[in-house]
Amino acid sequence: MELQVEKPKSNLFKIYEIISTMASRPSGLIGLTILLFHVVLAVTSPLYAPHDFKAIDPSLMLLPPSSEYWFGTDSLGRDVFTRTILGGRTALTVTFFGSIIALLWGGALGIFCGLVGGRIDDVVMRIIDAFLSIPWILAMLLIVSLLGTSTIVLIPALGFFYGKGIVRVARAATHDVIAKDFIVSARARGHGNLSIIWNEILPNVRDAIMVEGAMRWSWMLLGFSSLSFLGFGVSPPTPDWGLMISNARGLMSFAYWAVLAPIVGLSSLIIGINLTADAFAKALGIDRSTKAPV
Amino acid sequence: MIFLIFKRILLGLITLFIVSLITFAGVEVLPGDACTTYLEREAYGAALEACYQRLGLNVPAYERYLSWAYGVIQGDFGYSLSGEMKINDVLGPRVKNSMVLASASILIGIPIALLLGIITALWRDKFPDIVISTITIFSMTIPEFISATLLILIVAIWLEWLPGIVIVPTGASISELLPNIILPVIAISMIMTAHMARMVRSSVIQVMSSDYVQMAILKGVPYWKMVFKHVLPNALLPAINVVALTIAWLLGGVVVTEVVFNYPGLGRLVIESISNRDLPVVQALAIILASIYVGINLLADLMTLMLNPRLKSLQIKK
Repeated sequence: MELQVEKPKSNLFKIYEIISTMASRPSGLIGLTILLFHVVLAVTSPLYAPHDFKAIDPSLMLLPPSSEYWFGTDSLGRDVFTRTILGGRTALTVTFFGSIIALLWGGALGIFCGLVGGRIDDVVMRIIDAFLSIPWILAMLLIVSLLGTSTIVLIPALGFFYGKGIVRVARAATHDVIAKDFIVSARARGHGNLSIIWNEILPNVRDAIMVEGAMRWSWMLLGFSSLSFLGFGVSPPTPDWGLMISNARGLMSFAYWAVLAPIVGLSSLIIGINLTADAFAKALGIDRSTKAPV
Repeated sequence: MIFLIFKRILLGLITLFIVSLITFAGVEVLPGDACTTYLEREAYGAALEACYQRLGLNVPAYERYLSWAYGVIQGDFGYSLSGEMKINDVLGPRVKNSMVLASASILIGIPIALLLGIITALWRDKFPDIVISTITIFSMTIPEFISATLLILIVAIWLEWLPGIVIVPTGASISELLPNIILPVIAISMIMTAHMARMVRSSVIQVMSSDYVQMAILKGVPYWKMVFKHVLPNALLPAINVVALTIAWLLGGVVVTEVVFNYPGLGRLVIESISNRDLPVVQALAIILASIYVGINLLADLMTLMLNPRLKSLQIKK
């Protein structure tokens, strides 16, 4: 009898499989749809934005929604619809690259700590604990107020602060596989640490780290918008939802449309990312329902 | 047991020590210092020298760290930059105001969270669970500043039930504060409750599917007796730690909420001191907020330790 060896599936096919599993649950399908909608909107919106997002016109101040200005105008006479469809671009870009940085350094340090253990591991985890106990908002505000609010500062700063939690997850996942037989036999075959990390540990901890990264993305978006809202994020006149909400808030008793439009934009994006991350975790079989948001 | 408690406290103190090093080093490393900020464009020559002299910035960093840390241990944070006031006097009323806000939110939030978590777990995937779970997921994913803004828009502006903005002075007494904090408390406890209810739900579900509960069902233990005697004590214990982490994590959200409602607490002080680049106050705030975080976690660890007989002889490892 001939031995049937299953061919390893190609990576593209695995991605297709994961996405179809995610879409098979209603919540995952909704999340993926919202996320896809926002990504497409962010990429294409400059092509069809009906007005100039920074054109100030006092004669058009606080107009209610009409056929010309679908979502009305804000206190400077700018078109709210234009600013709303453009408002997610900076947030999405900054937090996307920020989460990738968080994934890379958090994952690398976590695997390293899990692998070496001992004194080094203890010291690093103490320092991570100390960083965790400083409220993120205080640290971010301090950095941003001293170094400025350009994306060059925001992306690494967010990436650093949201990577701390990934260190813990990657370390715990590494601890789970480190004593398994295949690692011991790889060592016996004479593989070095780098080869073991790349060929044995990484494939086994990758899922957990990626799920954590997806979750971090939505928290980072929340943090970034909070910074913008407080006036420490995107600088005007760049359209950004957090900043738009903060500007329109004072006048919302007269012009609720200027505050509701960015609220719908930001909330739907955050909910979309959250649902997607949840579905992603379920598709990979990782339960994170009992974890605290650290 | 005693040894474990001491170990926990010691670890907390070490964490705080590292936090103090980080904040001090962070402020040192970042460009600009108290004097260049204070003098702005006149920061050169004799004026700068005199300012360094006056604030004691001309001694080496480690000496300043030691004298600062010595003061902090004695509860003295030194002087703030802008008003040249004692930081303790600046902090005092703010700490009290934030404590009022936080304790009201926790007192309201925890019982509701327990109730909702237990209901959703016992009626898992049925109508009450689907409704409550959807609401909790919404309220925990939406940013604080959005839910707070919506609360003001709906309750204060459209319905005109409550004042939308807190307009009490920083030194107001508790009785003056209370009518003003209803909306901020709702905003904070909404998110906190949602987070905690989710944790309680998954914890209860986990215990409900365990072998000894199945056994109790098979033995014919009445349903509610089983829930109260076997499920809840075991389910709520692990939830304590998670709840503590959640409360501590929400410190960041409290900052935003206080700004939205213009509430004179620690959170608004964070924004004010950073806008004014009042670095001594920022350092003091970092230490205080970190101490609260460490303190809450320590309390939760000790509570788990006291309540869980199994841990009394075991090492707990986090």
